[in-house]
Amino acid sequence: MELNELSIKLASFETEGVSFESFLIANEGEQDVLQVIVDGNDELPIFVTQTEEQLLCISYLFAEDEVQADMRNELNETLLRLNVPIPLSAFAKIDDKYAIFGALSVNSSFDDITHELVTLADNAIDALEAVTIYLND
Amino acid sequence: MSILKKLFTAVRGGAREAGQAIVDANGIRIFEQEIADAQNALQRAKKSLTEVMAKEMQTKRKISALDASIAEHEAYAGQALEKGNEALALEIAEKIGDFEAEKAENEEVLAGFSNHIVQLKQQVKEAEKSIKENQRQLTMVKTTESVQQATMAVNSTLNTNSSSMTSARESLERIKQRQQDRQDQLGAAKQLEADTNGDDLKAKMAEAGIGDTSPKSADILARIKAKQNS
Repeated sequence: MELNELSIKLASFETEGVSFESFLIANEGEQDVLQVIVDGNDELPIFVTQTEEQLLCISYLFAEDEVQADMRNELNETLLRLNVPIPLSAFAKIDDKYAIFGALSVNSSFDDITHELVTLADNAIDALEAVTIYLND
Repeated sequence: MSILKKLFTAVRGGAREAGQAIVDANGIRIFEQEIADAQNALQRAKKSLTEVMAKEMQTKRKISALDASIAEHEAYAGQALEKGNEALALEIAEKIGDFEAEKAENEEVLAGFSNHIVQLKQQVKEAEKSIKENQRQLTMVKTTESVQQATMAVNSTLNTNSSSMTSARESLERIKQRQQDRQDQLGAAKQLEADTNGDDLKAKMAEAGIGDTSPKSADILARIKAKQNS
């Protein structure tokens, strides 16, 4: 599914009691990115990128400099340990930002994609809540 | 060096400037060309494999036909001997000799084909494995590239958007506040609905024994007993 098609479908769709807002980030000639806001939580947008094989859904959680310096190792260790139990999503680091993401096959159905988006949005909030103890005040 | 190892080294180095490609575009093109070449080679190997397999079958058929002819002529030779015609039997024996020579030739050819098939199958298997491996590695490189490009696009959007400057802690607080607001709204809506329907008042009156109280079973039983006694 093309990202603009996904955007149109998301606009008129509601699942698991949740609605979506989305818009395409213009990126002339380069990788297209669709910004998706689940359930009005525009603080934690999900960025959807399509590659040849995968649909990557990424949500940025916090920047490296927000982490209490002496707790960085513990945080990294915790995130690694949480990677398996957390449903459908995994933690990652992109440049200096910590992120949570899910990767889907490009052949995924619309239902699969919305389920992924809803789960990722929930996971992002839960994850942020769980790691605040490691962040600067 | 595997692509994953290259990526690992690049990430570990950390000195990369934002957006700097880990594997240059030219490298990716060469890699893609290698995969395409391997796929062509694979197609050719598969085609010759089917050809050789067809020839192997033909040769096997030829050998069994020769076996049949040999058995047939041995029977003829036996019959000739039974009839005392030694000369004819000898002639037939010569014919059998020809068949056997032809069979031996064909068996040699068959062995050649069979060996060739084993080799080709091995080649096909190896080519398939190597293509799959290269594609997997190429996917890794391309995904890394895509994520880099996407990150740049996202960053340029985030930088023009003031809400992105807030810390994760503040974001979380806002989200939690919004969730709380929503719950409060939902609770208020329920309360309002209950008030409008008068459910709340009715419940309170029933509790106080005022209004339409439903008769209790004990009262009903007492009424029945009273009737019986009268």
